[in-house]
Amino acid sequence: MLRDLETVTPAPETLRLQPTRGFSRVLAPRELWRYRDLAGQIALRDITVRYRQTALGGAWAVLQPIGFMVVFSLIFGNVAGLSSNGLPYPLFSLAALVPWTFFSTALLLGSDSLVSNSALVSKIYFPRIFMPAGVIVAGFVDLAISFVILMIIVFAWGFVPSAAILAVPLLVAIAAAAALGTTAALSAINVRYRDVRYVVPFAIQMWLFITPVVYPSSELSEPWRTLSAINPMVGVVEGFRWATLGTGNAPWDLIGISAVAAVAFLIAGLAYFDRVERAFADFV
Amino acid sequence: MSDVAINTHELGKSYKLGVKSAGYGTLREAIVEAAQRPFRRGAKGEKEARGDTLWALRDLSLEIRTGEVVGLIGHNGAGKSTLLKILSRITEPSTGYADVTGRVGSLLEVGTGFHPELTGRENIYLNGSILGMRKAEIRTRFDEIVEFAEMERFLDTPVKRYSSGMSVRLAFAVAAHLEPEILLVDEVLAVGDAAFQRKSLGKMNEVAKEGRTVVFVSHNLAIIQALCTRGILLERGEVKTDAPITGAIDSYLRTLESAASDDLLERTDRDSRAYDETLVRRLEIHDASGGHPNVVVAGRPATITVEVTEHLPTMECQLTIVNSLGQPVCTLDSEMSAPVDVREAEPGTRLECQIESLPLLPGRYRIDVIVKAKRHIQDGLQAAALFDVEPGMVGNRPIAAEAEGDVVLLHSWRLPA
Repeated sequence: MLRDLETVTPAPETLRLQPTRGFSRVLAPRELWRYRDLAGQIALRDITVRYRQTALGGAWAVLQPIGFMVVFSLIFGNVAGLSSNGLPYPLFSLAALVPWTFFSTALLLGSDSLVSNSALVSKIYFPRIFMPAGVIVAGFVDLAISFVILMIIVFAWGFVPSAAILAVPLLVAIAAAAALGTTAALSAINVRYRDVRYVVPFAIQMWLFITPVVYPSSELSEPWRTLSAINPMVGVVEGFRWATLGTGNAPWDLIGISAVAAVAFLIAGLAYFDRVERAFADFV
Repeated sequence: MSDVAINTHELGKSYKLGVKSAGYGTLREAIVEAAQRPFRRGAKGEKEARGDTLWALRDLSLEIRTGEVVGLIGHNGAGKSTLLKILSRITEPSTGYADVTGRVGSLLEVGTGFHPELTGRENIYLNGSILGMRKAEIRTRFDEIVEFAEMERFLDTPVKRYSSGMSVRLAFAVAAHLEPEILLVDEVLAVGDAAFQRKSLGKMNEVAKEGRTVVFVSHNLAIIQALCTRGILLERGEVKTDAPITGAIDSYLRTLESAASDDLLERTDRDSRAYDETLVRRLEIHDASGGHPNVVVAGRPATITVEVTEHLPTMECQLTIVNSLGQPVCTLDSEMSAPVDVREAEPGTRLECQIESLPLLPGRYRIDVIVKAKRHIQDGLQAAALFDVEPGMVGNRPIAAEAEGDVVLLHSWRLPA
């Protein structure tokens, strides 16, 4: 109780507002900590609002990957006869679609997050990174729902995951880092150049095909297979298959490269965001 | 010194004007420009030449002490809102700095943090934390907020189903319970019904009495005068007058006066929404007996004439008479037409409004004008004219020397013997 009161009335401190250059703001932990409640509220808002006034509600989190799974199984599995490393094609594609949907939705909604909240951005100060970050946090809820469905289907198919399933949090972290870095940069560019709105849906489709969602990355010859993991989603998707279906060898090489790449995406994205953040209110 | 709440030193904010300033620009332009940049080395100063720089705020050095209630006044575009935006950290200054001591709460536009799909309850938490409140604080003040907004029954209704009055009430209630050390307020009291406005004003007064610092922007000089102790008059981004509130308001009224007597085409503080296809050149009010323009007698017929630069088809005109404290007295709007109105057959640039018997108390008033055509605002000017009302008879009845208010009504009595 006492602690509560102390945090409610902090001693007044002097803040100098002046033109800034270079980096400083987004990555200032004190600033983010001061606004931590707002971060929670924005994420909560994004979660509550996402499916409000929709007839199917949270089921949408599942319908999209399941829908793609059916279509991909018919077209790529049956008609085109793509390899699925001996796994049932529906399972093979769904295990990849679950993290992929998380990533692509974060990109789609996150890149628009600053512009669609322009009323807030131009009227009130808060660390702007909460806008794209909130979208990603809200995406965890969808991811959790679709992950449960995935596991139900995996069991129903007679697969039993091994201890490899413990790697899932790591894989999710890689996907989230890559998503945050990418959306931070895209949402910042979107403030200046609305072209981003048209580029993103198109880029997501392209990205789907350079990620081994409909095909296994083992189809690529070396060194291309290893190099392709510079795309952080390669390690995530292949890792998800291994971790949830409990088959095959651990693709640690891919996961490792992708983890490094995701961290690079994250740092580059946040750094860019940080540099341009101060001008958002003048442009949005 | 800890008792200084806000200290600004040569604070400035510039915006680039010109074609590129709109901010959107396309990626292609940026890429082309980036590609050309290496070839443009040495051509310094070109950047300035390409787009004019507008200084919304220039070399502003101010000190506001803790507990002061300061009114910022000035014409449109004088830099009042820009200053508030810098102090609330929405935008960065271009030059100088501002030291702000204590938590800042801003009411730059109430309700901006509301999400239409969320309920009132959810929005209180969201809006509160957007304004900088901790969750624990909101929880302890929740009931107070709801009570102040008078909306217990609608707490679990999505805000999109609220009337605009309701959302404003809720928004103000959240903001009013923020209890910051420094409160920045921009023209929020213009919303809501009269009773709620009074209540909000009372709350502001309370905040001021508690020794917190308030910086207040409003066009309503009466509210400013009632609330503030110190007035800062800004003109073109610079401090023109910094004085006790009555002095600052006097100074502002004098600038209005000199602005009104100037050629109206030279005025730059025009309505920002205007299309500018035609501009107000002159605005005068005449007494029926002739004589000096802008001197009229209470109770006598008067004519307000507006001259514009260009003829446009079906122009409409809206005149607002405002008293010396900035409070609107009445609006005369040609769009609200009546059978007595005349629309001439020929084109012209002169609009006339006849008042049968001027029902104003003696004193000084100003006229704000908006000219519309083609369903757009073409031009708008505050204080296009200032005029004095001389004592006279209204309905053959003299005006009481101690009469209060702004208007006299035609009336008659029936009294016992």
